[in-house]
Order: sequence, then C-alpha cells, then structure tokens
Amino acid sequence: MTPALFDSPGPRARRRIRIATVVAVLAGLVLVALAVRQFAINGELAAARWAPYASWPMWRYLLGGLGGTALAAVLGVALAMLAGLALAFARVSRHLAVRAPARVYVEAIRVVPLLLLIYFAMFALPRYGMDLPLLWKLVLPIAVSRSAQFAEIFRSGFRSLEAGQGDAAAALGMRPHQAMRYVIFPQAIRRVVPALISQAAGVVKDTSLGIVVSYAELLESGKVLAGYNRLLIQTYLVIALLYFAINYALSRLARAIDARQRPAGPGPLSPPSPVRRGRGRSRSAAATSDAAPRPDRVKA
Amino acid sequence: MNGWGDHLGTFAEGALNTVLLTVFSFAGAVTVAVVITAFRICPVRPLRAFGTAYVELFQNIPLAVWLVLFVFGLPAVGISFGLFTTAAAATALYMASYYAETLRAGVNAVGAGQTEAARALGLGFGQSLSAVVLPQALRAIVQPLGNVTIQLLMNTALAAAVGVVELTEAANRINLVLAEPLPVYVGAGVCYAVLALMISAGTALAERKLAIPR
Repeated sequence: MTPALFDSPGPRARRRIRIATVVAVLAGLVLVALAVRQFAINGELAAARWAPYASWPMWRYLLGGLGGTALAAVLGVALAMLAGLALAFARVSRHLAVRAPARVYVEAIRVVPLLLLIYFAMFALPRYGMDLPLLWKLVLPIAVSRSAQFAEIFRSGFRSLEAGQGDAAAALGMRPHQAMRYVIFPQAIRRVVPALISQAAGVVKDTSLGIVVSYAELLESGKVLAGYNRLLIQTYLVIALLYFAINYALSRLARAIDARQRPAGPGPLSPPSPVRRGRGRSRSAAATSDAAPRPDRVKA
Repeated sequence: MNGWGDHLGTFAEGALNTVLLTVFSFAGAVTVAVVITAFRICPVRPLRAFGTAYVELFQNIPLAVWLVLFVFGLPAVGISFGLFTTAAAATALYMASYYAETLRAGVNAVGAGQTEAARALGLGFGQSLSAVVLPQALRAIVQPLGNVTIQLLMNTALAAAVGVVELTEAANRINLVLAEPLPVYVGAGVCYAVLALMISAGTALAERKLAIPR
C-alpha cells in the first residue's frame, strides 16, 4: 500500500470525497456513453456485426491462431531462457575472455528493436543462404532479443544472494562451479521465478509481430479474418480481449508467486520504519526487491 | 552502386521520424502517467479503480494490437487522425502504463515521514502530491525512467508495422532497392544504439544533477 497521502478523512473531507466520487462516476458514464454513441452512429453496434462471434467457425479460426501464438511463445521462451542462462553464467565467469563478449552481446541486443531483428531474419538472412520457415523468422529474433532480458534476470538472481552463501560454499571446499551448481543456482532460480513469468508474458506480446512475417498467430489470424469478414473493429477487439486474458493470467500468477516468496511481516512496499531507512536497511528485503524487479520494468 | 547517396535522404528522414515519434510519445506518455498515478493514490475510489484498470489494460495487450486497433479500428467508428499522430498516440498511451508503474514505485519510495510532514503543514492531497511527494519521487526514479524511455524508443519501431516510415521501415525500404541487407540493417541498428546511448547519457546527467544525497 501507498503510505497514506491523505489523513483519515473527517466529516468535511468525507463529503468532498463523496462529491468527487459522484463526479468521477458521472464523468466515466459520460465517456462510456460517448464511446457507445460513436459506435452506434457508425453502425458498429448492429447485432449482425457481433453475431458471428457467437458462432463456432469464427472461434475455431481464432483458436487456431491462438495455437500458433502458443507454439511461437513456448519455443521463444524456451530458447531465450536457455540462451539467457548461458549468457548469465558467462557474465559471472572468472575469466574476462568469457565475461566481456557476453556483456557486449547483452548491452548491444538491448538497444536494437525486435522488429529490426525480424526484418533482418526476413530479408537479410535469406540472402546469406538461410531462408528460415515462417515460424522461425518470428521465434529466432524473439529468442535473440529476449535472451538479453533473461540473462539480466538470472544474473540479478545470482547477485541477490548474500555473499555468505558463496563464502560458505568455498569454506566447505567447493570449487566455484560446484558452489554455483549446488548452492547459488538453486536458490537464485527460485527468487527470479516471478520475473521469468513476466518475461514469458512479454514473449507472448512479442509474438503479435507475427503480423509482420505473416506467421499465423493470433493477431495475424485476426488480420486475415477481418480482411475476410470486414468486421474490423469487432475482430480486433476480440483479439485484444484474448491477449488480455492470457497476459493478465500470467501477470497475476507472477504476482501471486512473488507475494508468497516475500518474507512474512512488513513487505518492502510498506512504509519503512526509521530503523530500516538509510544504510541499515534490512538486507533480505532489499535484496529480494532488487532480484525480482517489478517484472514489467525489464521490458515492455 | 551509386544508390547510397540517394538513400541517405530516406534514411535521415526515417531517423528523424523515429526521433519525433519518441519525443511526442514521451511527452504524451509522461503526462498521462502523472495523471494515472495521481488517480491511483488518491482517496476517490472510482479514480483509483480507473487508474488500476488503465495500467492492466494497456500492459497486458501487445502494442502491435493497440496500433492496429487505433490505425485501422478507430476510423471504423468515425475517429481518424493522421497516421503519424495515431501511431504516436497509441505508443504514448501504451507506454504511459509503464511510466505510471515506475512513477508509483517512486511515490512508494518517498518516506512516510515526508507525507506526514506535508500533512502536518496543512497541505491537502493535491498540494502534498505536487510540492512534496512527486518532486522527490521523480528524482528517485530517474534511472528506471531512462530504461522505460529506451524501451519507448525500441517500441517506436513497431509503427513500421502499420506503415509509418521511421528508421526501421526506412532501412527496410532501402534494402528492398539496394539489396545490401547487412550494411543497411546494421546501420539502422547502430542508429538505434546511438539514440539509446543519448537517452542513457541524458539520464546519467539528470541523475547527477538531481540525486538526493541521503
């Protein structure tokens, strides 16, 4: 919760809040009415223009597109996660020759738009003898672009562990790779699960660029469908609703896991007590909130 | 291969469009985000609900879908602007949800004592927000704001998908004529990198100027 920006309202403030509430609700209703009117005067509310979406054939077609989205997203997440893991290991390596290239790759990929990578896969790779199937022209650029995000998440997971963990492993006589494998990695991975799920939601959003490569995912299917039945706004609204349902479910899941993992007691979002402010901040709370950044902050 | 000279113009125009898209979307997104954030933390319940709904709605639907809805869908209900304006507006509304989330994190980072002090001075909600909380919140989140802005820059490329000739689309068109994909796309990539570097340099500068020593 936000630290209260306002006092618990007294009688006058309560009256003002009531008035503001009524005004806000009225303003909302006016906006909705305007939107409905705009739809109505353009004939978009006619039952005939919505009825097709109550019939099975439309949905069968859209579900086919949804299947395409699911396939591309699963492949994209799997590849990006593997590559991201490899990159994260490289970035915490003791050898500069391993660390440096991984760092350059991550920094470079983060400043190149996904669409540019997709165009590259569509128009540049074929010229060098790599004419990928449609699905891979979408999945490969997504994997390349998201691998940098996944790498940063894994690395922040490694770094979020208390230094004592690595020291203790070393004290037990473990080699660095053993410490990583038995001590650091298993703990780090659990901390970043919410951020990983949010990235997966991001990949689902990325797959909507199938519309550029003509791969039959949800948005592309919607485009084809709208071209066929001329129900432009209805089709795209249904598509938007489907994306919303998928991604909202994923982000709720991420939040639920995140909430469960946070230590009991006052979470980092509650107003910090004077003792915890400044340098003496409780380490675990600070570390977890760094480790699992509000996922969507990482990439849109 | 005298083509390069002719195409530099297209390339420059594309780059300019990318910069303009970024600037306009940034201005729009930040404005909307401040309003949404104020809604999300104010005492009026329907406004809070609206703010939350806004953020969830825009974050959970891909930008490509918003662009298609705005560019091809809105004219169907009799609302149409120029292509560039529509693309900038869709990007701005979409990115506003990310700026709003960042801003709210910043508001949460402002100590409870600050808001209590503001209230003790007799400031109301709007006054304590604008004079005490937001200035500090903004200073606390310069770095994440820079990251979101780089994200915004990356997202302007999507305008190409609905036909705006910005950097990505310009590179694409030049390649269709020249058939020299490697230098063309890499050139465009370098342009994006330079723009992103400028944003992070600006962020770093702002951070040095604004950082609150604690």
